Amino acid sequence: MASCGGTTKGSEEAQGDGGGGTAREADPNAEIKEGLQIAFLPKEIDNPYEVLVDEGGIDAVEELKGEGKEVGPSDASASSQVSYINTLIQQRQDAIVIAANDPNAVAPALKDAMSKGIAVVTYDSDAAPDARQIFVNQADSEEIGRSQVKLMSDQIGGEGKIAILSATPNATNQNTWIKFMKDELTKPEYSKIELVKIAYGDDDDQKSFQEAQGLLQSIPDLKGIISPTTVGISAAARYISSSPYKGKVKLTGLGTPNQMRQFVKDGTVTEFALWNPIELGYLAGYAAASLASGKISGKEGEKFEAGKLGEYEIGKDGEIILGPPTNFNADNIDDFDF
Amino acid sequence: MIKPSSRESAFAGRELGIVVALVAVVVAATIARPSFLSGQGIHDLFLNASIIGLLAIGQALLVITRNIDLSVGSVMGLTAYLSGQLFLVDKDLPVIVVVLAGIGLGAVCGAINGALVAIAKVPALVVTLGTLYVFRGIDYAWASATDTTQINAYQMPQGFLDLGSGSLLGIPNLTLITLVVLGLTAYALHNFRAGRELYAIGSNPDAARLAGIPTGRRVFSAFVISGGLVGLGGVMHAAYFGTINASVGTGRELAVVAAVVVGGVAIFGGSGTVLGAVLGALLLTTITSALPILGVPAFWQRAVDGAALLVAISLDRAFMVRLAERLRAERAVRRA
Repeated sequence: MASCGGTTKGSEEAQGDGGGGTAREADPNAEIKEGLQIAFLPKEIDNPYEVLVDEGGIDAVEELKGEGKEVGPSDASASSQVSYINTLIQQRQDAIVIAANDPNAVAPALKDAMSKGIAVVTYDSDAAPDARQIFVNQADSEEIGRSQVKLMSDQIGGEGKIAILSATPNATNQNTWIKFMKDELTKPEYSKIELVKIAYGDDDDQKSFQEAQGLLQSIPDLKGIISPTTVGISAAARYISSSPYKGKVKLTGLGTPNQMRQFVKDGTVTEFALWNPIELGYLAGYAAASLASGKISGKEGEKFEAGKLGEYEIGKDGEIILGPPTNFNADNIDDFDF
Repeated sequence: MIKPSSRESAFAGRELGIVVALVAVVVAATIARPSFLSGQGIHDLFLNASIIGLLAIGQALLVITRNIDLSVGSVMGLTAYLSGQLFLVDKDLPVIVVVLAGIGLGAVCGAINGALVAIAKVPALVVTLGTLYVFRGIDYAWASATDTTQINAYQMPQGFLDLGSGSLLGIPNLTLITLVVLGLTAYALHNFRAGRELYAIGSNPDAARLAGIPTGRRVFSAFVISGGLVGLGGVMHAAYFGTINASVGTGRELAVVAAVVVGGVAIFGGSGTVLGAVLGALLLTTITSALPILGVPAFWQRAVDGAALLVAISLDRAFMVRLAERLRAERAVRRA
């Protein structure tokens, strides 16, 4: 909202909300305040990926001499985060950093937080744009989709049948990436690659395993599988590594280095990608601290320093993009531990 | 149990029904895609059903006694996580130690359930619904206390991973384990006094008690044995998938109960066999594998799974009604 000054309704709200108007007026020269209390609210408290993200965020807050903490529900249902947001408002936190389970379910509570002068940053999964000031996006969806096709093409020599092993059929992230993968495949350099099937493993080990089997069995001349989900890629890797398809069918996608280390070393997987979740949290932590200190307000074009990651600029709709995903292969995988 | 022979032939009939359904699914999938029945294809079908089949054996023991264990998914998650943690402590730990530890922890969880059901006399549905959350909570707490949210394949020894993916004479190791357990429990249920008493308890708990059967002790033992099998299943899951986090096995309880019911074990106890339960597990996992090959869109797969369950239960129900009529008729003849 704050980014597009044209929408009068949004800007009115922003000003109306800003009883603590100072928080909304950006002063690029302001110092980051010490002792900021910043809370990280993941989708669910024990999701390994979210835990890593929040570790990065808490590190950032500590670097800035603030107090970071992680609180959250044990299930990722749409409404489970609301009571946590309300508690954080009562505790008068300076900033809330949240991975929204549902863009709309958390919106009223987040708006309430903003009206009380609390900075609200979303990461990983966005809330309704008028319910937060900044969204820290792991990577540009378009770039993820397109780079996955390139990874696969490089491994299969630019021709052959490929399939996708996704999460659930209605997973927003995966569907967006797949849309861009399909678009990328229409380019002339990929004309010899044919996407024959999209399977859904529902982010369940057993189901992903069986779907991978199904793909390999039903498409005898399959050259490669792209699995843009950490559960899918590891289940598929586990299956391929112990089957006759090892070495014959290429597998790439999005996975964590620790999870895939074994399969890169035994030759099942050549190269895969992921953004660095710790850096994602770290960036969100800096964005939250900068917001809470009044250095930025979430408007397009504002810039801020994010510690070791350097300077970032806020894009359209208050969105910041962490950067391109990192590719992992046998040469560099041991440099990463997450 | 007046005329065991007619009952036993009835059981064979029910298992035959599952086998027929299984063959129908396999034939349909093979026509659509001949490689479904290739060596690798068959290997995969058995591998997929192994863990769920093992859990179904334990669950069948409980359902036969008119109990149920909804905490199996959580116990499996907890024991899978334990195996990973043990290897983090010492990667050179012998595999057998980890297997025994998993069975042990599973049996302890089973003993907790069993004690609450058999001694405190709380209905199993409620007890295990509670422990479903308690055990899962312990799993999460353990993961966050040790700051180890995920244990990965490279942190486990190759020998352990080979247990999960290897095979002997072309039969996957995990399938062999399940078959051995199946053989032992089927024999014990059929031939041991204690085994027969489980059926008596499920048929009519009050009558069983009056007949001098130590119902509490039998039910407690069934929970401990089932827990141990679930523990073994958790270790097998760890070896099979090579990636473990605190949410392993979430929601698995319903798949297990479905397998048991499809396998012809009456949900109100007293009848059914462990062989049926394992066949039920094999049928359900085979359906899951066959659907994508038959071209059923992903959006419909769950619905088809559920429909298969309903069909199985309806057929089973129709069969039971016919059986009851036949038994009544036989009794009438005897009295006449």
